[in-house]
Amino acid sequence: MHTRTPRQRLSMSAVALIALAALAALGGCAKPKAPDLYGWNGYEKNLDTYFRGDREALDAQAKLMENDLEKIRSAGKATPPGYRAHLGLLYGKQGDMARFQEHLEAEKQVFPESETFIDFLLRKFKKN
Amino acid sequence: MKFSIKPWIAALAIIALTGCATQKTPPPPYDYTLLKESKPRSILVLPPLNQTPEVRASYSMLAQVTQPLSESGYYVFPVSLVDETLKENGVSEASDAHQLPAAKLLEIFGADAALYITMTQYGTVFRVLDSATTVTAEAKLVDLKTGSTLWAGKASASTAEQQNQQQGGLAVLLIAAVVKQIIGSVTDQSHPMAGVTSQRLLKAGRVDGLLYGPRSPLYVPN
Repeated sequence: MHTRTPRQRLSMSAVALIALAALAALGGCAKPKAPDLYGWNGYEKNLDTYFRGDREALDAQAKLMENDLEKIRSAGKATPPGYRAHLGLLYGKQGDMARFQEHLEAEKQVFPESETFIDFLLRKFKKN
Repeated sequence: MKFSIKPWIAALAIIALTGCATQKTPPPPYDYTLLKESKPRSILVLPPLNQTPEVRASYSMLAQVTQPLSESGYYVFPVSLVDETLKENGVSEASDAHQLPAAKLLEIFGADAALYITMTQYGTVFRVLDSATTVTAEAKLVDLKTGSTLWAGKASASTAEQQNQQQGGLAVLLIAAVVKQIIGSVTDQSHPMAGVTSQRLLKAGRVDGLLYGPRSPLYVPN
């Protein structure tokens, strides 16, 4: 019943070609998005919760951070700068100085840039 | 039916060209001499100065600076621990923190550079027909060894942008995504707007923005 003439067929493929060209042209404007360097999950949301100070108990915040840490690891992502240190702080605030120290050491190991600050904190902690 | 291709091509060409159109007179390029010389690896973000009436402005921003700076290739000191350390040493106000001598910051934190942020706008202006939530922030990156300013910038984000199609590109997509998230809850649009502001202010690779740091594959060593 409906048969395309060669002329119509040509137009159809021409349209398809133009559409492809348009996509390429538009896509040319956007830089290809490089994959993130780190797995973020809820880190910044957790920081906000911490700063607000009235949203969630410290142990609940630490639990969220631990769960996210598992997810980041199982996704094969790197933990972001400050992540382990913040988790350490959450434990330190609850009096768990062993975990405080453990996570601060981890921060220093992954990010040697933090050495001076982490050593300052660990020294201070030992004095008290 | 005869299908005419020419008008299609013309229309697409116009779309393609306008999509990439740049400003008529490009401003002079940013002078990155000092930043390139200094090559900072790590950035200490101090609690932002707040020049707005909203108490929440500073810490809403501080919670959202780590991602853009880290993804740009810098080590960012844990903002919560930095804040606690300052407070425990009697520096409870951002204005006091911003006055600390560079040598003292270098001694305690060992950071290559410090980032001083000032919040100049944060909140919602309610009008009869429309209301807009706008966040604006300025930032200055200072070398802690020399005390010289390596880079300075300013950025803004507003919910009013969703009506402004001229912005185009990533900005609109970002805003659209944020707006989608907060539809139905008009209570706190300032915080997501601060997040967009932070990205625009601190993510490397933007016009006059920060350069990539050494942890990024896009870092350009001299």
